[in-house]
Amino acid sequence: MLTLSHVSTRYGSIQALTDVSLEVEKGSVATLIGANGAGKSTALRSIMGLCQPHAGEILFEGRKLNKIPTHRIAAMGIALVPEGRAVFANLTVLENLELGGYLQRDGKRLRLDIDHVYEVFPRLKERMAQMAGTLSGGEQQMLAIGRALMAHPRLLLLDEPSLGLAPLMVHAIFDAVDRINREGATVLLVEQNANLALKRSRKAYVLETGRIIMQGDSADLAKDPRVQEAYLGE
Amino acid sequence: MESFLQQLINGISLGSIYALVALGYTMVYGVLRLINFAHGDVYMLGAYFGFYLSRILQGRTPYHLLDAALVMFLSMLGCAICGLLMERFAYRPVRRASRLTMLIIAIGLSLLIENAGQLIFGANPKFFPQLIPESHIKLGGLMLTNQQVIVLLTAVTLMILLNLFIYRSRTGKAMRAVSFNMDAAKLMGIDTDRIIALTFALGSALAAAGGILVSINIPGIDPLMGVMTGLKAFVAAVLGGIGNIFGAVLGGLILGLAEVMVAGYGSSTYRDAIAFLILIVILLFKPAGLLGKGAVEKV
Ligand SMILES: Nc1ncnc2c1ncn2[C@@H]1O[C@H](COP(=O)(O)OP(=O)(O)OP(=O)(O)O)[C@@H](O)[C@H]1O
Ligand SMILES: [Mg+2]
Repeated sequence: MLTLSHVSTRYGSIQALTDVSLEVEKGSVATLIGANGAGKSTALRSIMGLCQPHAGEILFEGRKLNKIPTHRIAAMGIALVPEGRAVFANLTVLENLELGGYLQRDGKRLRLDIDHVYEVFPRLKERMAQMAGTLSGGEQQMLAIGRALMAHPRLLLLDEPSLGLAPLMVHAIFDAVDRINREGATVLLVEQNANLALKRSRKAYVLETGRIIMQGDSADLAKDPRVQEAYLGE
Repeated sequence: MESFLQQLINGISLGSIYALVALGYTMVYGVLRLINFAHGDVYMLGAYFGFYLSRILQGRTPYHLLDAALVMFLSMLGCAICGLLMERFAYRPVRRASRLTMLIIAIGLSLLIENAGQLIFGANPKFFPQLIPESHIKLGGLMLTNQQVIVLLTAVTLMILLNLFIYRSRTGKAMRAVSFNMDAAKLMGIDTDRIIALTFALGSALAAAGGILVSINIPGIDPLMGVMTGLKAFVAAVLGGIGNIFGAVLGGLILGLAEVMVAGYGSSTYRDAIAFLILIVILLFKPAGLLGKGAVEKV
C-alpha cells in the first residue's frame, strides 16, 4: 500500500534520512522505531510532503507522492497525527473535528463522521464545546486521532501517540488504534516506546541516524538481543 | 456635553476606518507572520479606484446611494485583485525565505506602489467627487451629516460580515486553522496557498473600503495618503494585539478616539503624534497588545 524506496531527505545541510526503504502492507499495522533524532518524524513528514526528499521515491497505492502538495496527499487518503498532536488550540473540539472533515462537503455525512469519532472517544463528546488548548494531553491525543479519522484515511500515520501519557491513557489510545485498524485503516506507527510498538504491530523497522538498520516481523525483532539492548532496555 | 458627544462620534467614525485598514494588517500577519507594509498603499489605491470609477459611474443609476455602493463594491474588487497579485508575485516567491527578506520586499513594494501612483495618478491631490449630496441630520443637540452616518454604518456592517465569515463559514474556519498552524492545516486537506491568497484579497478589499469612506468625508486624495493612515492602522493593529481581529477593531477605535480628542481638546498639532505615543507606550508596557497572545483567538 505504501512503499518508500531509497528515500533521502535533508534539512539544509543536515541529512535526516539516508536511503530509507520500507513497505507497509494493506490492512496491517507497521511500526518504525528509533531513538531521538533518528529521523522518524522526518520519514512521516516526507510521506506527507511536509518536507521534500531529494532522492528516492514514495508510492501510495501505486501513485507517486513526491512533489505532490500536502493537502492533495491528504485528499488521497493519508492522514498524519503529528508529533505533539498539533490540535488547533484556539478552536473548539467540535471545530477541530469539523476541520478534520474539511474535505467532506456533505453536512449530513460530516455529522455522522463526528458521531463515529465520539463513539470511539466518548470523552471528546463531553468536551465538544471546550477549546482544544484546554484539554489534557491524553484528550488532545484523542482529538488529534479523532480529527485524522474524520477524513476516512486508508492509511493512518501516527507520530509517537504515547508521548507524555500515563500508562492507562496509552492503552486507551492503542486500543482505539487497534479498532481503527480493524475497521479498515492501514497504520504506520512511529514510536520511541518500542516495547509497546512491537507488541501492537506486525512488521517493524528500526531507524538509526537516518538509516534503516533492522527490519522484520515485530515478534522476531522483539526477541532480537540487539533490539532488546538498544530499545527495550533489557 | 454635546460637543463631547460630537467628538465621540467623530472619533468612532475615524476609528472604524483605522479598524478596517488594521484588519488587513492583522489578518495577513495572522497567516504569514508578515507585516505587509504595502497595505497602506492598497488603501490609497482603493481611493483612486473610487475616484476613477465615480467619474464613470456617477449618475448612472437613479439613486446616489446605489452609485456609491457600486463604486465601493468595484473598488473593493479592484483592490482585492491587487492584493492577490501582490501575494502571488511579491510574497509567495519568498515565503520560504527569511522574515527579513519578506520585510524588505514589503518595504520595496510599498515604495514601488507609491512612486508608480505618483507617476500614473499625478503627485498633486485630486478632489474626490461627492458621491452622496451632503445633508444634515439633527439628533437631539447633535449635528451629524448623512455622510458620517453612512461611513459609520458601512464600516460596522463590513466588520460584522467579516466576523461572520471568519467565525461561521467553513473557509473562515480554515483561515483560523492556517493562522494557528500552517502544517497542521495542510494535513486537514486545506489548500493553504488559496487561503493565504484569500486573506490578502479580503484585507485589501477592506482597505479599499476604508480609502473610499475616508474620501467621502475628506475628499482630497493623493498617492501618499496611505503612508500616514497605513502607519496609524498598523499602530492600531499592534495596540490591539497583532494577529487578533478583535484587537484590530479595538485598537482602531481607541486610536481614532484618542486622535480626535487630542485635536479637539488639546492641540491639533499633536493629532498625528498621539498614534506614535501610543505605540511607544504599548511597546514598553504590553508588547503583545491589549488582546495579544492567548487572550483571544488569533486569525
Ligand atoms: N526543521 C528542521 N531543521 C533542521 N533540522 C531538523 C529539522 N527537523 C529535524 N531536524 C533534524 O533531523 C534529524 C531527524 O529529526 P526527526 O525529528 O525526524 O527525529 P525523530 O526520530 O522524530 O526524533 P524524536 O524521537 O525526538 O521525535 C535530527 O537530527 C533533527 O535535528
Ligand atoms: Mg519525532
